[in-house]
Amino acid sequence: MHLTDHEKAMLDGAEGAAVQQAMSLLCRYSKALGAERLVETNNVCGGSVGSLPNRRKVFGDTDDFDAIFSLMNLDSDEPLEIPRVKTMAYKLIEAGDPDYFDQQRVSERAQELIGKNAAFCDRIGIQRCNTCTPYQVGNIPTFGEHLAWMESSAIVYANSVIGARGNVEGAQSTAAAMLTARIPYWGLHIPENRHGTHLFEVECEVDDMMHWGLMGYYIGEVVQEESPVVAGLSHQPSLRKVKHFGAAAATSGGVEMYHLVGMTPEAPTLEAALGRKQPVETYVFGRKEMQTAYDHLNCATDPNVDFIMLGCPHASIEQVGIVANLLEGKRISENTQLWMFTPKALKAHADRMGYTKTIEGAGGYLMSDSCPALSRVYPEGVKVAATDSCKQAHYLPATLGFDTWFGTVEDCVQAAIDGRWSGRLQ
Amino acid sequence: MNDRITLKGRSVVEGVAEGEAFVTSQTISGFGGIDPMTGTITERRHEKVGQSFAGKVLVFRGAKGSSGWASNFQTARLAGAGPVAVIFNELTTKMALGAVVMRVPAMTDLDQDPLEVIQDGDWVKVDADNGTVEITRKAGD
Repeated sequence: MHLTDHEKAMLDGAEGAAVQQAMSLLCRYSKALGAERLVETNNVCGGSVGSLPNRRKVFGDTDDFDAIFSLMNLDSDEPLEIPRVKTMAYKLIEAGDPDYFDQQRVSERAQELIGKNAAFCDRIGIQRCNTCTPYQVGNIPTFGEHLAWMESSAIVYANSVIGARGNVEGAQSTAAAMLTARIPYWGLHIPENRHGTHLFEVECEVDDMMHWGLMGYYIGEVVQEESPVVAGLSHQPSLRKVKHFGAAAATSGGVEMYHLVGMTPEAPTLEAALGRKQPVETYVFGRKEMQTAYDHLNCATDPNVDFIMLGCPHASIEQVGIVANLLEGKRISENTQLWMFTPKALKAHADRMGYTKTIEGAGGYLMSDSCPALSRVYPEGVKVAATDSCKQAHYLPATLGFDTWFGTVEDCVQAAIDGRWSGRLQ
Repeated sequence: MNDRITLKGRSVVEGVAEGEAFVTSQTISGFGGIDPMTGTITERRHEKVGQSFAGKVLVFRGAKGSSGWASNFQTARLAGAGPVAVIFNELTTKMALGAVVMRVPAMTDLDQDPLEVIQDGDWVKVDADNGTVEITRKAGD
């Protein structure tokens, strides 16, 4: 593997033990991948995982965030002093929302840890966006920019919708990238690896956000790690629709890059999307396939819904506005809770627009910073949940054991008002 | 009896370890797919749901799902519930990073499909320093 003189100096310890460990980790990771060199990056999204409940089980009840970061983010048994990061760095989901600790039932100890993790992030220079959608709150990459991002739903958006370049990274590779401004030059960083491989010809109307989610969920399961090309679309999608499409495809499979012919930047034509090659396989996506995905996601049988979860990935301001509009003058059932999640910066905008007042006036909550599946926050006594997100519908049964309904945002809000699920595929 | 097969492949993480094989032709999800405290597969529709790879040689197709894959398998190592070695078919960033932080010998690109050759319960020695996998059939097979 080729290292520049600067990279060799980092590996030899010229910039301290933490940077040395970060470079050593990147070298071992590159060898595992078979990467020949590193590439510079100044855009890293990752995290400091020291406050997440399922990570804390293995390192005991310590408050030493340098030591936790050394072990969990840099794979070092020895506690290292973590210096200020070299790149623009953005934090993903946190363990709770400080404005809703009571509703989320976050323990006092967990609240304290969230505060200490925040102080650690501030000291080393990680922006506390606390969202799975950094591209909604100030980190919109440029075309061709090399990224080191975690969060499968975010990287598939950045690659496909924007044309930035990156692979799905993990907590350790993003931490190493923050400290070295490097990531392995492999996979989707390399232009010739970015073409589509499998073609889907759409033969039904795909317009509602639910349609986009179901199409993503179906396609992801079929192609797994490959890159799909979607042709024959009749409606230009907005941010929320491609956000849900990519998140679903990265959940049922491992899609990190897709092309929508005539709509995404590396797919001006079908030929360009496929890199002037023949597709490995060609498939049809029609009503039958949409129904299959819908049936896979709806595992619940009891129509009495306890919990409506909206905003996975974190909702756009358009989505918050739609929900506020649906709840105008309505009241959520006493038997049901509605929690919607959006980044904190968009929450401030929702406050200004009166959306928060409308949603909370109807009995719902507009939360930030967290997510039921990752932060393990949810109302007491939930057995049956409903969501408009394929990704959340996939993970809720496995992570929190909820029977889960999936449908449109209108189905979900109606279920919140009625306390009963009555959604169906339309 | 003592039917031995040796495969050759590419070393992903160096080292030598041996143990009983835990084989699945399916991919494994880290987040929402395993209980890292016990090494048990928890994904609802997985063929190995309810079974643990702790202390075994994990032979599988590859990684899928959330970017928390490496963190979940790192947690399994720290909890003493990780595999002693891994052999996989599909290389992704999740798989490569996960193999590094599991700190166990790892190999891929074997000259025969390990999912066809290796069966549950076979004794497998992974020598990632020399790029070989030695399989001894389970007694009685």
